[in-house]
Amino acid sequence: MIERTTDILFCGTGGQGILKASEICAVAAMLSGFHSKKTEVHGMAQRGGSVESHVRYGKKVFSPLTLPGGVDFLVPLDLSESEKMSRELKKTGKNLVEYLKISGELLENGFFLNTFMVGALSKYLSLSEKNWVKAVRQVFDGKHLDANIEVFMKGRDAVI
Amino acid sequence: MKKSVPRISSLLSGDEALAQGAYEAGVKIAASYPGTPATEIMEYMAGFDEVDCQWSVNEKVAYEVAYSGAVAGVRTLFSAKHVGLNVAMDSIMTSAYTGINAGFVVVTCDEPGLHSSQNEQDNRLLARIAKLPLLEPSSPSEAKELVIKAFEISEKFDTPVILRLTTRIAHTKENVVLGKRREPQNKHYHPCFEKYVMVPKNAGARHIELEERLVRLKRYSEVSRLNSVEMGDRKTGFIAAGVSYLYAKEMYPNASFLKLGMSYPFPEEKIRDFVKKVRTVHVIEELEPFIEEQCKIAGIKIRTKDPSFRTGELRPEYIPLIVSGKKKNVPSKPSRKPVLCPGCSHRPLFWILNKLKLNVAGDIGCYTLGASAPLSALHTCLCMGSGDTILEGFTKVLGRNVVGVIGDSTFVHSGITGLINLAYNKTNAVLIILDNSTTGMTGSQPHPATGITIKGEKTKKLILEDVCKAAGADNVDVIDPFRIKDLEALIKKRIGEDKLSVIISRYPCRLVDRRKNAAPIFVQDKCKKCGLCLKIDCPSVMKQTDGYVSIDRTTCVGCNLCVDVCPFGAIIKND
Ligand SMILES: Cc1ncc(C[n+]2csc(CCOP(=O)(O)OP(=O)(O)O)c2C)c(N)n1
Repeated sequence: MIERTTDILFCGTGGQGILKASEICAVAAMLSGFHSKKTEVHGMAQRGGSVESHVRYGKKVFSPLTLPGGVDFLVPLDLSESEKMSRELKKTGKNLVEYLKISGELLENGFFLNTFMVGALSKYLSLSEKNWVKAVRQVFDGKHLDANIEVFMKGRDAVI
Repeated sequence: MKKSVPRISSLLSGDEALAQGAYEAGVKIAASYPGTPATEIMEYMAGFDEVDCQWSVNEKVAYEVAYSGAVAGVRTLFSAKHVGLNVAMDSIMTSAYTGINAGFVVVTCDEPGLHSSQNEQDNRLLARIAKLPLLEPSSPSEAKELVIKAFEISEKFDTPVILRLTTRIAHTKENVVLGKRREPQNKHYHPCFEKYVMVPKNAGARHIELEERLVRLKRYSEVSRLNSVEMGDRKTGFIAAGVSYLYAKEMYPNASFLKLGMSYPFPEEKIRDFVKKVRTVHVIEELEPFIEEQCKIAGIKIRTKDPSFRTGELRPEYIPLIVSGKKKNVPSKPSRKPVLCPGCSHRPLFWILNKLKLNVAGDIGCYTLGASAPLSALHTCLCMGSGDTILEGFTKVLGRNVVGVIGDSTFVHSGITGLINLAYNKTNAVLIILDNSTTGMTGSQPHPATGITIKGEKTKKLILEDVCKAAGADNVDVIDPFRIKDLEALIKKRIGEDKLSVIISRYPCRLVDRRKNAAPIFVQDKCKKCGLCLKIDCPSVMKQTDGYVSIDRTTCVGCNLCVDVCPFGAIIKND
């Protein structure tokens, strides 16, 4: 039998930074020595359509798409998309919507919500903090890097 | 002595990995026109100083620039979205006859599921029509490997080689190991009347050569490791190419596989042999029954999908359905309607066209979003460059309450010929060029009328006004579409004249010029809840549960169109 993969599904709408969020996750998995795949499903995302991004990592990954009912973690950036997508989760899967709900209190103007949610996710995965931070650095260019690292840690700390 | 190269892994998309592979193979010229999901190939390529790369005017031009570079002796690459090959098809067909000289790779990015396209044609069929070899990677890292192989095959057999990605490969990222660039020697070019001048006599002889080449390519396909067998459980086997292979492998990891990396010419004997060794063999493929038909022609017994699986994107969970011979029966997911961005300069124009109740011949670009309700002011979308040609047919039949709309990038791509045709064939009509000074739809690429190259350098700028006049337009007006009263008056005036008129509606795309004004202010006392401000379909003007509206300050860019359309002064400018 092949070894299991870890499957994560990010969902939301165009312009929310879903692709950056999933990229951080996929890079962190790659830096940790895993075969990592990331793929997105969207129609005209820049114009406000729905966006999904799938990340799968493990020793070897075949399909880039996750399977319905096969997702370990759902990371929603939008409440209504979260409802729609929750059926993609495994029975034992985890919807991180609770962190979306408290993000309003923790983030100024909702800035960097995507990075915040990745921070929360990071606590659930067995990838090292060092690789996560390295991944955030790779994905964000200089401009908002420090702010994003800070928000990432906020998300991480939101998980008790 | 072998130098040890550090193995650097990067998370690359299929598009990026393909460009990286072509770079490593020593590509010197690369040409394309933007189109999802192929755009990022050339965007990534533009980062390499060693590669002379370009956004061409359209795909036909791109193809010929790349083709001729290869004939002249350097490795070249052409890339486009699936429908881009239609535009280049005339040159593709005959380039198969002439062959090339140095390696030439033709990349098509097909779009099963039409996430952002006008059709979902399967370009594997084009390889067969053009009689060109076809390679199909299944992942980004394979895209890198196979493009290097494609250059070798191209030179070995003196032929353009088609390399096909689909959206799911082009836009998937995975770990890809980066290598060093190899600088191949340029091939010597010498003029050859029989090979490069396709007059009937020469072309006839080259056609014979092409058929012989196909026989040699077929022999290669039979023995090549690109088509590989993985024996597992002998009860169930799969023949698949591209991402379909990965889906089958995901669902049936223990089965036997014949993975086709080179699916044309068809490795018939290899398949026959595989089928002999396995009890039941299924063909898994997205879209057209390409492998299926070739198996059937060869009399090879395989199980095939129900025809209902010939449309839409394949997904891993469909594989068991296909295996059990079931029909496709999947509920479509509700998804959000895309809309024009806040402050988009296309919005005021469609607002006026809607108000004037005109028939609008449309085209493809962000502005196609003007077709959906409540703007509903664009009534056709066929292919690029059809805004002004459909305008002509419509005008002939429907009379003068018709206008055509076309984007600036689309006009340069293939709309200019339509304007010349209107003039030449004495048609009086009004064409509106929606000039947001970028190729918006595909993510803001420059084009000739921006005066900027793919590498961000300044170049000669195409002046649209001059082109239109030279093509034969009697009037060419340039107007800022946010002056809606003037715009409305101008359109009415031009429709009333027996002239060929072009109106250039010019305002920069908000994703390129991100300057903002303050969001306007909603004055509740004056609002009569008439809903007119919602009819402009701006995401920043939001209806509240009490029937009033609010303006979303974070997304609003202060274009003030809602201020101008409110008849009661209930939304006021904030300056
Ligand atoms: C033959 C072909 N090539 C490329 C595309 C992809 N594509 C669709 S519209 C478009 C151009 C959009 O630019 P423009 O006309 O300036 O309109 P905008 O999106 O900026 O409003 C492109 C490149 C296509 N559909 N067909």
